[in-house]
Amino acid sequence: MNIFVCIKQVPNTAKVKWDLERGTLIREGVESICNPFDLHAIEEALRVKERTGKGKVLVLTMGPPQAEEVLKEAISLGAEDGILISDRAFAGADTLATSYTLSKAIEKIGNPWIIFTGKQAIDGDTAQVGPELAAMLKIPQVTYVRKIVEINENNAVMERLTDYGYDVVETSLPAVLTVVKEINEPRLPSLRGKMKARTFKPVVFTPRDLDVDESRIGLQGSPTSVKKVFQPEMKKGGEKFEGSAEELALILVEKLKELRVI
Amino acid sequence: MKYFLSEEELMVKELAHRIAEEKIIPVRQKYDEEEIFPHDIVKIMAESDLFRVFIPEEYGGLGAKIFPMVLAVEELSWGCGGIALAYAGTALGAFPIILFGSEEQKSKYLPKIAEGTLAAFALTEAEAGSDAANIKTRAEKDGDYYILNGTKQFITNAGEADIYTVIALTDPNKGARGATAFILEKGMEGLEFGKKENKMGIRASVTREVIMKNVRVHKSQVLGKEGRGFIVAMKTFDHTRPGVAAQALGIAQAALDAAVKYANQRYQFGKPIASFQAIQHMIADMGTKVEATRALIYSVARAIDAGFTSPKESAMTKVFASDVAMEVTTNAVQIFGGYGYMKEYPVEKMMRDAKITQIYEGTNQILRNVIASRIIKEAK
Repeated sequence: MNIFVCIKQVPNTAKVKWDLERGTLIREGVESICNPFDLHAIEEALRVKERTGKGKVLVLTMGPPQAEEVLKEAISLGAEDGILISDRAFAGADTLATSYTLSKAIEKIGNPWIIFTGKQAIDGDTAQVGPELAAMLKIPQVTYVRKIVEINENNAVMERLTDYGYDVVETSLPAVLTVVKEINEPRLPSLRGKMKARTFKPVVFTPRDLDVDESRIGLQGSPTSVKKVFQPEMKKGGEKFEGSAEELALILVEKLKELRVI
Repeated sequence: MKYFLSEEELMVKELAHRIAEEKIIPVRQKYDEEEIFPHDIVKIMAESDLFRVFIPEEYGGLGAKIFPMVLAVEELSWGCGGIALAYAGTALGAFPIILFGSEEQKSKYLPKIAEGTLAAFALTEAEAGSDAANIKTRAEKDGDYYILNGTKQFITNAGEADIYTVIALTDPNKGARGATAFILEKGMEGLEFGKKENKMGIRASVTREVIMKNVRVHKSQVLGKEGRGFIVAMKTFDHTRPGVAAQALGIAQAALDAAVKYANQRYQFGKPIASFQAIQHMIADMGTKVEATRALIYSVARAIDAGFTSPKESAMTKVFASDVAMEVTTNAVQIFGGYGYMKEYPVEKMMRDAKITQIYEGTNQILRNVIASRIIKEAK
């Protein structure tokens, strides 16, 4: 049984600067990191393995050759193996092409038990790849998982975070679970893990290694196109009033009258 | 300064630094004030394999080296000298076994320490501090066993550690030559611990008495040979004093970092105080001494790992580093001025933590005797 974790190398958006004239990110010189939500996904995969004594933690990423770094990071944390899906033909993929490609890689390796992803990546913020992946693989999905309550080979009960609290959800396995940061605190790497990572070379999948329809990968497999990237205008601070409820009600009515709302 | 660390050494340093930054610094003030023993941080250190760096590979370690241990202690102490001591004190408890343990003793204890089981070393007694040969703890032979009686004082990690190296007299008539080292385990009948001492600094570390009341110890627990207890102790210190020095170095570096940051932020007379020469010269001296300390410790640690162990040089690291730590932390408080005296800022704690490094594992006065006697002897 394999516990897959799909991870993504992203620019450290905390340190990204904007090219205001062009409305794009300045990527040059910005360090690349493992998507922070994916670190929680890796951690949860390791915890499931430790808790049940079952499963092999396999980490997958699609990206340029340097995306190998995030696989190494996962190895240093305790993942057993890492697969890099990398080829020029995969470049320019949107979430649809990405999830299609990932699903093909998972099918090729086979025997999935759980497929973890972070709830979203901090660069695109779409939160689409997890759900799309489940659809491609025709298996259930549970998004925004904040706790795995019970898990065995065939079923899992978990809590998923909502705007108002949480749902308790049961699902059959295999399933795709996307996790929120509340689920755990990622561990630090170990020295032995780092030493293993230092010499680690991932298996690389190209389109030839996967049973893919070439029209569904990379740029040509991507129906999404970005029309415009812009920085929204900063909201100006509103007016602030203090006083008793009656006083404030009167001020509010006056203001609404001024605006001809009432 | 460039120290040309190997890739492995750099890994140890960076990982320990990360633990200090992400796990230790957020809790250090609380643990200091409330005297909380850092079991949670010890677990993180263990999971990160930091305990393995000073344990031989055949026993689950990564190579019984002093240098990576020194790097780990330095970085952990940069976070908190007290929390780091759970780790450094364990190294002190482990080295007698690493250096003098039988194959059986090593396979019994070292894999556990590699996994993060804490250890301690017990030599000091109420009447035997600098005058270590004046210990009174007795170990009387009884067939295949020894019966231990006595009280060890100021023992780091006591009560929290599972493995203890204890020095006791097997032949009181022979003085220092009548001492023997034993490995004791927590849980042995008659092995008790005194109350936790309320200390000036390193308050996240525990210091207790180790009390032995007719503790029956099998002869297989003797470390080295009977009568070699002080040799075990002295050779151990030769290996671990750079560790205490590294603790002092980490504290000093932290105080320097805090002082420089503060000097850039604090405005007086319309300028950051870092622009005043009075402050600049203090910073220059602090930085120079910290770097000199590091250069000395790293050199000695590397020499030990290469097989050149010298009591003189190990003592030098401890004396120099601890005096620098006291000076640098005191000056850091001075640069912070009134704020530095307040517990809201970290430097007063660093000053309190630094003080112990001049006292334990041989007071600096006793160690100066060691250094001087060796230098004078070498010149003859």
